[in-house]
Amino acid sequence: MEIDPFIFRLSIFILSIFIGYYVVWSVTPSLHTPLMSVTNAISSVIIVGAIIAGLAGNSENIFNVSSIFGFLAISLASINIFGGFLVTQRMLAMYKKKKKDK
Amino acid sequence: MISANLSAIFYLISGVLFILALRGLSSPETSRQGNFFGIVGMVIAITVTFLSTGNFTSGFAYVLIFLLIGGLIGAFIAYKIPMTAMPELVAGFHSLVGLAAVFVAIAAFLNPEVFNLGSPGDIKLGSLIEMSIGAAVGAITFSGSVIAFLKLQGIMSGSPIIFKGQHPLNALILISIVVVTYLLCSTQSSNFFWILLAISFLIGFLLIIPIGGADMPVVISMLNSYSGWAAAGIGFTLENTALIITGALVGSSGAILSYIMCKGMNRSFFNVILGGFGATEQSSSTGSKEQKPVKSGNAEDAAFLMKNASSVIIVPGYGMAVAQAQHALREMVDTLKKNDIKVSYAIHPVAGRMPGHMNVLLAEANVPYDEVFELEEINNDFANADVAFVIGANDVTNPAAKNDPQSPIYGMPVLDIEKCKSVLFVKRSLSPGYAGIDNDLFYKENTLMLFADAKKMTEEITKNL
Repeated sequence: MEIDPFIFRLSIFILSIFIGYYVVWSVTPSLHTPLMSVTNAISSVIIVGAIIAGLAGNSENIFNVSSIFGFLAISLASINIFGGFLVTQRMLAMYKKKKKDK
Repeated sequence: MISANLSAIFYLISGVLFILALRGLSSPETSRQGNFFGIVGMVIAITVTFLSTGNFTSGFAYVLIFLLIGGLIGAFIAYKIPMTAMPELVAGFHSLVGLAAVFVAIAAFLNPEVFNLGSPGDIKLGSLIEMSIGAAVGAITFSGSVIAFLKLQGIMSGSPIIFKGQHPLNALILISIVVVTYLLCSTQSSNFFWILLAISFLIGFLLIIPIGGADMPVVISMLNSYSGWAAAGIGFTLENTALIITGALVGSSGAILSYIMCKGMNRSFFNVILGGFGATEQSSSTGSKEQKPVKSGNAEDAAFLMKNASSVIIVPGYGMAVAQAQHALREMVDTLKKNDIKVSYAIHPVAGRMPGHMNVLLAEANVPYDEVFELEEINNDFANADVAFVIGANDVTNPAAKNDPQSPIYGMPVLDIEKCKSVLFVKRSLSPGYAGIDNDLFYKENTLMLFADAKKMTEEITKNL
């Protein structure tokens, strides 16, 4: 009997939870705010679903209800992607070590 | 157009890059590289999605336009936002992830063919369940984050909103979410889909309103976790590995942060979620406090104390963020260092309104991160320090957490600042912290209260040094 592909996805999901668990525990507490903003940015990879929905319309009917929701989701997710990565970068650039000469 | 297998491999690669992005945050040195991995992962995922649909005719231009609009808004916000507003920003971003998940679920429900999920009215059962979970969690994330945002922004009062029958009502709605999902799956009727979304929005709203402003670190972490689970739910629907991996990572990340925050307050997760903390806690100790003598001083006294110290520990809290005093504080510390005084910073896990809030503010003010210590790292040093300079913090220093079993914060890990030779409290007034508990330290012999705005006081101390 063949295994349902769902089971494979479930396996990826469960194993990723474990990876997340160990990776996040190793994040230094002083970087917890950047952690939140970067997880924000990467969870916006949901944009791939939005793009598929947005591209679904045919040339006569680009703005059917489904693709309009797709377009809106693209904008929301890209606010997050750009905003999240850039604000993380801005924050991380501020973390500096003590200068040795002092 | 590239094959489904090839694009699946690319999605896997971007999933791995996202793992590396989080891995990089284990130290500030590797973090910037980690962020770069994250960006590369995102670019790969988006590019592959374009290539795999192979449709560059009809909607393509519009997709790019909407992408650019969002991108410009996001970039604008990222550059303009002051660091003190990070909690609001993160809450706002969570709401967008939640809403995006809802919109993608709606798009998939209305037009399942493009996602290979069946046809309208005949969507594959598994996909429909996954979609419902993604949509419901997304909706909860959205409305919950909006409330968190409003509370953090001060548009909505930070005090908990409690009414009779709140918990039974919430339980009822949660049960009805399950029932409606069942009905949706058995009838495939779009009415149930809209009802599901409506009650999920409602419960997100109801779940967050009873939680007080100072519990926001837990709420933000929890919503971070939800946004991850919503993404994972959609990832299952779309059969997309990158989304599933990311959802799981973000979900567990938020869960761990919530756990750390709860532990920092010695409260159980459910205690925080059920809410109401700080609204009814007007306990016995509030009655007699007005009469107790308090030593208050001015900037000159504080400067004198610190000038004669050999080591000073600074304890920042939310008040520092409110007063935007981080730069003034760093200038004061620079002056202290010129006088060969050793200065370090002590950060309590729940200081501020989100995990790591104080660290970011200090980093913004150019405080080197190796002078900033966590609670466990520095707590033993207070006994050897001459002065503890508490700026905008209160409950995290309250010794009642150690020696008063009646206190609502009993058992919470606190900074042992009472072991310092002298303690300086910069505070606007004697008012107790969010927990509504009086702090015995205010009345101690070796405590000097500095009643002023944190920024003005620090500036004045610097002048007097």
